[in-house]
Amino acid sequence: MKNLFKHHETYVLLVIIVFSAIITTINPNFLTLENFFDLAKSYSFIGILAVGVTIVLISGGIDISFTAVATVGEYVMAVMVIKYGGNMFTAVLLVAVVGIALGMINAVLIYFFNIPTIITTIATLNIYYGILIVISGGKWIYALPDWFRNFADIRLFTLRTAQGLEYGLSIITATWFAIIIIAWIILRYTKLGRGIYAMGGSMNAARRAGFNIFGIQMFVYSFMGLMAGIAGLVQALLVQTVAPNSIVGKELDVIAAVVLGGASLAGGSGTLFGTILGVTLIAIMGNGLTLMRVSSFWYDVFIGLVIIISVGFSAYQRREKVKRTILVEGE
Amino acid sequence: MTDLFLSMKNISKRYTGVKALDRVDFEIARGEIHCLVGENGSGKSTLIKIISGVVKPDSGARIEVEGDVILHHHSIDSILKGIEVIYQDLSLFPNLTVAENISLSQTIASRSKIINWRRVREISEKAMARIGVHIPLDEQIDNLSIADQQLVAICRALTSEVKLLILDEPTSALTRKEVESLFTVIKDLQAKGIATLFISHKLDEVLQIAEKVTILRDGKKIETLPSRGLTDEKLTFLMTGEKMEYSRYTIDNRHEEPLLEARQLSIQGNFRDISFKLYPGDILGITGLLGSGRTELAEALFGMNPFESGDLFIEGRKISIKSVQEAIRLGIGYVPENRLVQGLVMNQSVAKNIIITTITRLLNKFKLIDPEKRQRSITRWIKNLSIRIPAFDAPVHTLSGGNQQRVVLAKWIATSPKVLILDGPTVGIDVAAKSSIHDIIRDLAGRGMGIIIISDEVPEVFHNCNRIMVMHKGRIIAEFDSTVTTEEEIQNCINMAS
Repeated sequence: MKNLFKHHETYVLLVIIVFSAIITTINPNFLTLENFFDLAKSYSFIGILAVGVTIVLISGGIDISFTAVATVGEYVMAVMVIKYGGNMFTAVLLVAVVGIALGMINAVLIYFFNIPTIITTIATLNIYYGILIVISGGKWIYALPDWFRNFADIRLFTLRTAQGLEYGLSIITATWFAIIIIAWIILRYTKLGRGIYAMGGSMNAARRAGFNIFGIQMFVYSFMGLMAGIAGLVQALLVQTVAPNSIVGKELDVIAAVVLGGASLAGGSGTLFGTILGVTLIAIMGNGLTLMRVSSFWYDVFIGLVIIISVGFSAYQRREKVKRTILVEGE
Repeated sequence: MTDLFLSMKNISKRYTGVKALDRVDFEIARGEIHCLVGENGSGKSTLIKIISGVVKPDSGARIEVEGDVILHHHSIDSILKGIEVIYQDLSLFPNLTVAENISLSQTIASRSKIINWRRVREISEKAMARIGVHIPLDEQIDNLSIADQQLVAICRALTSEVKLLILDEPTSALTRKEVESLFTVIKDLQAKGIATLFISHKLDEVLQIAEKVTILRDGKKIETLPSRGLTDEKLTFLMTGEKMEYSRYTIDNRHEEPLLEARQLSIQGNFRDISFKLYPGDILGITGLLGSGRTELAEALFGMNPFESGDLFIEGRKISIKSVQEAIRLGIGYVPENRLVQGLVMNQSVAKNIIITTITRLLNKFKLIDPEKRQRSITRWIKNLSIRIPAFDAPVHTLSGGNQQRVVLAKWIATSPKVLILDGPTVGIDVAAKSSIHDIIRDLAGRGMGIIIISDEVPEVFHNCNRIMVMHKGRIIAEFDSTVTTEEEIQNCINMAS
């Protein structure tokens, strides 16, 4: 029990439970399976990006450009499948290729020019997004193929509400869950995954220990790119239109969710479980405020407050821990 | 020699204009304990980095390990050849557990891309058993003490088929007792045929443990010598190329009024019944093992840890010091032991660091910093202490250890203290820089300042102080007048106590 309270995740979970309880007492519609599946589907977009961001943060870097990568992937995919036809498989292939390629450019810039990752990716965000806007003229795309529309409605299993409304586990949500499991296996059970933690803990030590730093960075940013590409696709599936300006600007929401989940901007720490909780917290706050009929303008204020409290609390805990170690050493 | 482990020929390394290493040849036999000495900037670290594969030598170099020529220069190649380096910063991963840190080299070297957590634990337990230590496997590294972290680093090196262990200044953060147990481990490894390359500034340790000593100076190898028959003085000469004069510091000043007088100062659990007098021009040495209460005494005199009972007099006036601000106002300066942590703002410029203690004296009538006064003060101290800096606004961390220490000194001397307490004033800096710091200290005493030097190194207090007190378990157990004692007598006194 004592060990449980050493983990950041426990506290986030507690906050989630308290919030859920409050929201439910005000609006019982919150705590329904239907609402849960609905939320999970609509937050898959942020959730998938958050998986990529978690890995980047653990590695000791940060990526800002992923929203631009997602937009470019989504747009290229939409243009291609409309022009040349195709199926879901080609769509996935397209966003994956675009995402990984743009991620690799980030990795190469970061490794060879040794520019801080935040600067590099702010720059590439502007470049990727800027080029897309120049070429596309910022035009929205509505005429997505029928197979694309139909895919978004696939459910792995279907349930019915008392009123006869259908709901269930969307293939989109399932994709998100699958990604989490794959990423978890990579982080926990592969040499590469432990290398990502090691690099985030101490870049110098990792280099001396014989880790292939370039290889790890290449993986981290390509994986982020892949996640961005898939998230772009998910966004297109969810809203069934492709608007070049609908994703860029959401970077901070995603990073906020990951930081809420306990990943440190200093690198080396963070878990996927924490990230899931972070995304959940953001989701129920957004959803809960709506259900409680609180103006959506308050949403940002709440998110900000929760981040300050959460990060401040972990910093305080860390300081207390340092105090304790010093006392012990002095004995 | 047939059982040569490592042979390096014609090793040069040029960094943009500076020659860090110049045609160095270097050899280590199997199971040999070899020491590498040299001043800062002599090329020691570059040589180690080349051995460990972190840095590539310039063309023309030839490196053989067990007769095989090494062509690739990546750390992993050296590790596969059985060469392990423990850097001064230990290169551990603070965010990972003990078990993961220890097993990491094995993880990287193994061909499997999958982590087997059971094997991770087995490897770590085996390595710890080899040197008989027990550290909780699941503890995160940043929760451990430095000495334990070092043990983890050594255990990590032992997980592979290590044949050469390189230790970069392993003893600088250890107490004498921990150093002894480290040396036992090294001897133990030697019995298993593992060679050790050891780097240290502490020449007495070098002579105690090493069989052979290689001396580097300005990137060139001076000589490799068997350590038997070598002395501190000879080594110093070979390292610096100049004969250090070990003059002694004496002064006749007892007729004056003491600057500082302590009567029966005590703090429960720290020190007891400390009495001494410090006269103008005195350099009083306080030595004794780590934990003898010497640092606590210094902190008490400086108001960081106010004393609980006893009396303190400055120039005959009874005072009590409850805070650092009070101590500074009364004319006491303190240069702490760990200059990096406590003494300097590393990212700030030399100039800003020097004036930080005297900023209130540099104000003009609008209470703003007077640029002219500021510049005058800075120039004066940089010149007086001959601090070598690339520019006024160069950040302190770009300076060498010796020059950093001079900046700390300047900072405190600028407050013109009557009493200056120096805790380990030359820890971690090389011989030449050491002697120039000592010259500065003597010069200050010569101008009537009272100085207290706290140091582990008996030669340092013996040569530079006119009086020496030995502390043990919080008490002063002996006091020596440097004109009528010998280095051996002081050393014996410390050894007898412990």
